[in-house]
Amino acid sequence: MIRVENLHKAFGAQRVLQGVSLEVLSGEIMIVIGRSGGGKSVFLKHLLGLLHPDAGRIWVDGVELTQLRGRALDQVRERYGVVFQGGALFDSMTVFDNVAFPLREKTTLSAQEIAARTEEKLAQVGLTGMGHKYPEEISGGMRKRVAIARALVTEPEIVFFDEPTTGLDPVLVNAIHHLILDLHRKFRFTAVMVSHEIPEIFQIAHRVAMLHEGVIVETGDPQAIQGSANPVVQQFIRGEIEGPIRAT
Amino acid sequence: MNRGTAPALLHPIESLGRVSLDIVESLGRFGLFLGQAGAWTFVPPFKVGQLLQRIHFIGFRSLSVIVLTGAFTGMVLGLQVFLTLERFGSEAFLGPAVALSLIRELGPVLAALMVTGRAGSALTAEIGIMRITEQIDALTVMALNPMRYLIVPIIVAGLITFPLMTAMFDVVGIFGGYLVGVRLLGLSEGTYFGEMRTFVDMADIMTGFWKSLSFGVIVTWVCAYKGYYTGHGAEGVSRATTQAVVLSSVLILVWDYFLGSVLP
Repeated sequence: MIRVENLHKAFGAQRVLQGVSLEVLSGEIMIVIGRSGGGKSVFLKHLLGLLHPDAGRIWVDGVELTQLRGRALDQVRERYGVVFQGGALFDSMTVFDNVAFPLREKTTLSAQEIAARTEEKLAQVGLTGMGHKYPEEISGGMRKRVAIARALVTEPEIVFFDEPTTGLDPVLVNAIHHLILDLHRKFRFTAVMVSHEIPEIFQIAHRVAMLHEGVIVETGDPQAIQGSANPVVQQFIRGEIEGPIRAT
Repeated sequence: MNRGTAPALLHPIESLGRVSLDIVESLGRFGLFLGQAGAWTFVPPFKVGQLLQRIHFIGFRSLSVIVLTGAFTGMVLGLQVFLTLERFGSEAFLGPAVALSLIRELGPVLAALMVTGRAGSALTAEIGIMRITEQIDALTVMALNPMRYLIVPIIVAGLITFPLMTAMFDVVGIFGGYLVGVRLLGLSEGTYFGEMRTFVDMADIMTGFWKSLSFGVIVTWVCAYKGYYTGHGAEGVSRATTQAVVLSSVLILVWDYFLGSVLP
């Protein structure tokens, strides 16, 4: 379980997180929604230990992440898989090498075992036979799937998705969401996703949290969020211009 | 007292303070960067594959530019020094003059400047792009220390390749001086090389070696640092690349002067 308590972060005068508190239960898909530039990715980077909060604490299965540095932090990260917004694929490596990379660097598996697991993972994301291509030679949707394959190849317990469908067409958005759902059913990882793909995320989320002006304003299952009486949540999920959220 | 004027009066002081703090912070981060890389150099597992790739990129792929500039530097030196020495009837000293200029000064400095232009800028751009496309973050969250995985092989490769590139520059430059002095201007081959053996000793070679070794650290350190802490977007990478080349070049010349004053 991941527990976030009263997280604050400011960059200069800009206060991005102003007391975020959230619990993510083991095995669930938690999707954090909110406006673009509203601090979702900053929040995620705190969970990954890439940013240190100004105040507040994060626990991962009882271990206080915000107190960890160096090797101790890496031990928590070894349980993670991360799908970055742009994929963050290594552009000097082929698709196969990208997916095999964590296995080569972090395990003692033989070359044959690594090849077998990599091919298996590429097949699971529908990219059989694409291993020899470089990231620049494949489409945006394929790159996202390679990033998902790389994040899952070590069979992590917790997987973070940073807007995994941004910039894709609606068909691909659904395809990626269903792929995540299928893989989640197979591997039962805990998933934390930040996204603003409304209403598609309601089909895959177990719970949804809305981040607005640096705080979580509502948390609940998709039905509860869709039926929320909070005007901020209602305006956001309906995409209305008029309301408490200013369209700036 | 007017409450509004005091803050306005303090603005220049505030700005000066902020700039000073930024400079101190940057210098601290710059030093820490090398310190961390130095510490990680001795922590296994060693990234031998990465190191060989970097040696190939910084060293082998810079060979053509080193040979070309080395040859023409030696030829220009041969011509100009010969014409100067001829006025004093001392053409016999052409060999040592060319060799000493190259081995002590021009070889290490020009080789370092050439490698900075060819490989240093590319390194900054590569690391900068890795930063803005979150590839460095990806390494971090895979629990792979980017300092060990990316930066250490670059700095160690600099330490290995710069002295070798300098040696290549010196040898080709001396041969360039030979072509002009001996083949073109008629100095005897025995005089050119014989006097060189008399006047060039091990201390001169070691001076060039220590310079090239330190330039190897300076160039790779600056270029890797600028890429690692690049600004946002393509403009940030472009700015970082320019800064890396300018700062490396300036530091090479400044450090050359200091080493030249200290070393025998």
